[in-house]
Amino acid sequence: MEILDGLTAWFADPAQWSGSAGIPARLGEHVYYSLLALVLSALIAVPVGLFTGHTGVGGFLTASLANFARALPTIGVLFLVVMAAGIGLVPVIAALVALAVPPILVNTHEGVRSVDPGLRDAATGMGMRGREVLLRLELPVALPLVLIGLRTAAVQVVATATIAAYVGVGGLGRYIFDGQAQQNLSMILGGSVLVVALAVVTTLLFAGARRLLVAPGLRAQAAPAR
Amino acid sequence: MSAPAAALDWAQGVWDWAAANWYYPDEPGRGIRPRLIEHIRLSYASIAIGLLLAVPLGLACVRWKPLYPPLLTGVNVLYAVPSIALFFLLLPYTGFSDWTAIVPLAVYTLVILLPNVVDGLHQVPDHVRQAAVAMGFGPLRRLVRVETPVALPVIIAGLRVASVATISMVSVASLVGLGGLGRLILSDGFRRQFDAPIVVGVVLVVLLAFATDALLVLAQRLLTPWARRDRPRTGSVRRRRAAATAAADAPALASTAVAPPGKG
Repeated sequence: MEILDGLTAWFADPAQWSGSAGIPARLGEHVYYSLLALVLSALIAVPVGLFTGHTGVGGFLTASLANFARALPTIGVLFLVVMAAGIGLVPVIAALVALAVPPILVNTHEGVRSVDPGLRDAATGMGMRGREVLLRLELPVALPLVLIGLRTAAVQVVATATIAAYVGVGGLGRYIFDGQAQQNLSMILGGSVLVVALAVVTTLLFAGARRLLVAPGLRAQAAPAR
Repeated sequence: MSAPAAALDWAQGVWDWAAANWYYPDEPGRGIRPRLIEHIRLSYASIAIGLLLAVPLGLACVRWKPLYPPLLTGVNVLYAVPSIALFFLLLPYTGFSDWTAIVPLAVYTLVILLPNVVDGLHQVPDHVRQAAVAMGFGPLRRLVRVETPVALPVIIAGLRVASVATISMVSVASLVGLGGLGRLILSDGFRRQFDAPIVVGVVLVVLLAFATDALLVLAQRLLTPWARRDRPRTGSVRRRRAAATAAADAPALASTAVAPPGKG
């Protein structure tokens, strides 16, 4: 109860809601880093995944690379890029992109690969060429999985963007690191609650995108487990 | 000096640092080797505890179906909590013991392991279960002798994803003074603005992740010998049918097994 009271008091403090250290500003920074990293990762991973899935070329290489990126410790990438490029946005985005590319890439590749060969035959039979098959058949059919990959990446990026604060770039992580430095439990909890809320909103946005973008005929069939 | 020569020189420097700092016989707590051992201890303990939690929880979810959605949501919400926040919040209770790192990491593995245990158990064909009942297997014996082996490939697929993610995430615990190889990256590398320890730490984390993955693949081969026997070299009907089923299962598997890798 005491913890909850502290948390409520932290959120209720008017000083929390204005200025460059206020919740709106920190939330804005956090969303900005996360969104930038996610868009960059999607620009890298979706075309590559579509290409390898469609052609079957480099499937093994893609899986190995994704596995490698998955094993990379985020703070190692962050600190290496900080030492190479200096403190700033670049190391944070680099570390987050390394984190976000594998799920998007693997899910896009898998999504295109697992398109029913019968559908592909039908598309060819209707006179579609390679690129048309990819864009008008394989991409829409693979979309549910692509969206799952993007959602997984987005939730991880939102949770991990907290470490941006360690190299002094702001975001909601500042509340967690500053709270620890000041031994202020409510501040750590408040920052965590905001990050979790942002992650939940992200998940809901992807559920909405799924409703808008995925063809109605596919929705029932490809309902994801999670 | 030309660029390739400079790169080679730099790599040589990193290698020399690693060789010189691998192990200090007089100070057992110093050097790279104790950090590696600490990393293995923290990550393997987290994965093992995660599995020990996921199996009974998964069984409960299969037995009492309404339990599954809220439990999965809860696990997913916990997964969204930044690891660093959980480390800080645990610090007053567990101090600098291993538990500060192990408890959050074990909870994170559930987001991958729980759905895989449930999916694996759901995947047991009904006729197999009925055959076991007809042969007089009780619930416990059926679980141990029939259902678990059939679910094993899916569970191990989950373990592979969870172990890579956990091994990479242990490093973050270095911010609270734990973290195995992460301490090499943070204390020896970043705080002294020295790149060799960071590179050595990153490379060893990746190698450890790959070695663990290989061990799990090996474990799966040893534990499911029938999978190899059932895969004849020539393209028999059975193989083609198996390939078709695998393709049909792929989206479902990809959504669970492939979905969440690691986070900081």
